[in-house]
Parts: sequence; C-alpha cells; structure tokens
Amino acid sequence: MSQWIEVCGVDDIDEEDVMRFDHKGQTFAIYHSPDHKFYATDGLCTHEKVHLADGLVMDHIIECPKHNGRFDYRNGAAKGAPACVNLKAYPVRVEAGKVMIDLGA
Amino acid sequence: MADAGMVIVGGGKAGARAAIGFRENGYEGMVTLVSNETLLPYDRPPLSKASITGEAEPEPIYLLDEDMMKSLKVNFLHSAAATSIDKTGKTLTLADGKKLTYDRLLIATGAAPRKLSLAGAERALDLRDLSDAIKIRNSFSAGRDIAIIGGGFIGLELAASAARRGCHVTVIEAQPRILMRGVPEEISTIIMAKHEAAGNAILTGTGISHIDASNVALSDGRKIAADIVIAGIGASPRIGLAEQAGLALDNGIACDSGMQTSDPHIFAVGDCCSFPHPVFGNARLRLEAWRNASDQAVIAVENMLGGTRVYEAVPWFWSDQFDLTLQIAGMPGLGTSVIRRPLKDGAFILCHLDAVGRLVGASGIGQGNIIARDVRLLEMLIGKRAKPDSAILSDGGSQLKALLKS
Repeated sequence: MSQWIEVCGVDDIDEEDVMRFDHKGQTFAIYHSPDHKFYATDGLCTHEKVHLADGLVMDHIIECPKHNGRFDYRNGAAKGAPACVNLKAYPVRVEAGKVMIDLGA
Repeated sequence: MADAGMVIVGGGKAGARAAIGFRENGYEGMVTLVSNETLLPYDRPPLSKASITGEAEPEPIYLLDEDMMKSLKVNFLHSAAATSIDKTGKTLTLADGKKLTYDRLLIATGAAPRKLSLAGAERALDLRDLSDAIKIRNSFSAGRDIAIIGGGFIGLELAASAARRGCHVTVIEAQPRILMRGVPEEISTIIMAKHEAAGNAILTGTGISHIDASNVALSDGRKIAADIVIAGIGASPRIGLAEQAGLALDNGIACDSGMQTSDPHIFAVGDCCSFPHPVFGNARLRLEAWRNASDQAVIAVENMLGGTRVYEAVPWFWSDQFDLTLQIAGMPGLGTSVIRRPLKDGAFILCHLDAVGRLVGASGIGQGNIIARDVRLLEMLIGKRAKPDSAILSDGGSQLKALLKS
C-alpha cells in the first residue's frame, strides 16, 4: 500500500548531494543526482549502520563515510566489499517543488 | 584454467578480501585460505572499541562466513600455521606437515604486537585477536586500575573503552606527546583533553622501569597502581615465512608497486609488507591500516591473475575515541605548511601542503562523521597530486568537489 510523505523542497539538496531524513524512528538518505533526479534509500549503511548522509555522492554512487562501502543509490545495489548487502530503495516523486517518498513500497 | 591454484596465508582483512577478489575476477581454480586462527576471517577494528564497551561478550563480525566460503568455493584451513615455502617446487608446508602446491601465493600475515622487554613484562596483555579482546574486556571491571603502556591508537582506543566501563585509566607514553607518529600536535592535544575530561590520566615523556604485582614503576620512581597492564607499543611485520623462503625484506616483505615480492609467484599485502608509493615519489611505505589491507589485496589479486595494476591508493585510516573520530589521509609528515579548514561543531581538517603547494596530507577530527566527506575529497585531491587554492581549502563552507572536477 502506498504511503507517500513529503520530505523536503527540491532546493534543499544540492545537486550530486545527499540529505538525512528521519521519520517515525526510521532514517533515510535522500539524493539529488547530477542529472537532476531525486532518489531515496534507507539511511544506514548495511555494513556497520553508519549514516550514509555523511558520505560522499559521486555520480550515482553513495559512499559510506566510515569504510567506503559503495551503493548505487538509484536502486540500492551494493557495489562490492565491504558493502555486500543491498540498501532498500524507495520510490520518489516530485510534486509542486516538493520531494515525496513512498514508505509503503 | 588448469593450475595448482591460489593459496593465501593469513585470515585477516587482506586475506579475506583476496579470497573474494579471485572470484570477483572470474577465477575458477582452487582458492585456499590458510589461517592460524580458529575462527573464520573477522573484522579487527571493533576489537579495541565496540568489542570492549558492549554489554555482552563480543561476537566476531565475520568478513567471510560459512555460507560465503561455500558460495565462493574457498577452501578454508583454520588453526593452520604455515611454516615454510619451497619456491622452486611452489609448495607451502604447514605445521602439521600438509603440503599445498600453488600457482601463485599471497602472504597476508599481518603484524604482531611488540612485546615489552622489562621485568614484569609477562603481566602485560596485548591486543591482536578476538580472544585478546575478550580477555581485556573481561578484565575491565568498573573501579579497577588499568595502566596502558603506549599512547598510540591501540592504547588510546582501549583507554577510551576502559573509561566507558568505569575503570581508572593511566596511559603512559615515552614520547613528549601522544600520537607522536603521524598525528599533528593540534589534534593530539584535543584527544588528550578528551581523555582527561573523562578522567583518564595521560603521562607523557615517561619511561618505565619495571612492572610488579600491583604497579607499573616509572623510570622517575613514581608508581602507578595497576590491576591490569596493557602494552600498546606498536607492531612488527610478521615476516618469518618470507625470511625462511629467502624473499627480499625491507621493513617487512619488500614488494614492488604491484605487490609482487622478489619471487614472481609470491605476492604480499597488508601490514606485513612494504612497497613503493608512486604518489609520494616512490617512497617505500609499510602501512598498518584496514583500508590499505583491503585495497592492496584487490591489486595483488589482479596481478596474480596476470594483470599489471599498480597500488596507488592514498593511505587513509581512522580512529574512534569517545565521541570523536579522527581521520588521516595521505602523508601529513611530508607537508611543510598547514591550512586549517574549519567545519561545523568545532570539527576541523588540517590540509598539509608541500614546498611547491601540492596537497600531501589531510588530518581531521570532529564528532561523529562530520569530517568524513571532506577528508575523502581531500584524499582524492592528494591522489591527483593537486595544488588546491588555499583560499578554498580554508573556507569550510566551500565545495571541495568542485576542485576535484577542475
């Protein structure tokens, strides 16, 4: 069942950057890609539960700030050791300048 | 490919990463991982931190578990000491007499804690593996007096963990300050203040005379009460196997920039080896760092399979103490000037430039992971041999990413 919630404005995240978003005890990472799209994943690295929003976005990769585990934030795919478990990715849409994510997905 | 297979000696981070790497590269021959430990390869960084402070006795965090070993078809030999190499016969002999022939051999034997040599040294615990960590953790009961000899990373991380367990901690460092090797004074001062605020005593410029049943006796005659004594005085590369085989040594097993030893069929990676670093004028380095162990394994694996990769990743490591994280990239010691990059909440990064303005190092400290992103970008700039504009470096609000793309 869809459960869309508003996260932030489209101008709140720089291009090729990431922002932390907390909601009801859950933490997410919201990305603004260099090709002007928005994406969302779980906020904690699957390797050692570190906040990915402190990490570096390069193209479509988010790199964990602790041990450089890498994920493709478009689908959450882990890109090799030490990150071996994929991140959960969430559907995102932009409505009237607002970034929305679907937590029900 | 019909060959005798790949043999890895050493079940730590480097060895485990290499085992994964052979399969990532599509190698289908036999891969054997020989470890002198009883456990499957596990992660060591927590051993001085979360493994000590956790409520429960620590469990290993496996780098390769049974399922992964099976799916990667890695033949894992535990509790197995490798005793000799026959280079001509390309055979590794184990302590139980077993012989393993190899097409290529990878030595990833790591480093061993240096031992104190003074009266009473047998009382000192040291930290290398999980069983050491369990022993240390169980000795850190609240209210006990803990003396830690050595103000390096292991000693200070254990001191922070001991404070969290309610122990009375004294760190004894022979040098004039803690973290003398590789950490700028401004940063070591902050770490020292953090320890002192938590109640840890840090004695610097202080030698040790001996250890008795209840004290550490200092060279100036003072006695430090010690229920438990821990030595964190550095580590030596484990080179016994290489020495026996007659491989070239130079502060560890001497490798070329592709991690090949003096024998073309034998490679070495991680704490046990030294290698020339192309980013720093081919200076010969030996690193004791988690990421280096992993990155070198990736390069060695490709070269063992016929590749011609050069290891040129910029050195990087971190330390967590209390709520502070320190990260250092590059070779700060090569710098001749420093530019301070202030970040939020009192965090900062020191950017180390050489005489011609090239960025050669970055040392940062702050709470949590505040410094991580900028240190990572500075690390990339170091790797590109960049000469960044000092006005941008000193402006904590500036985007370092732009420098990388320029």
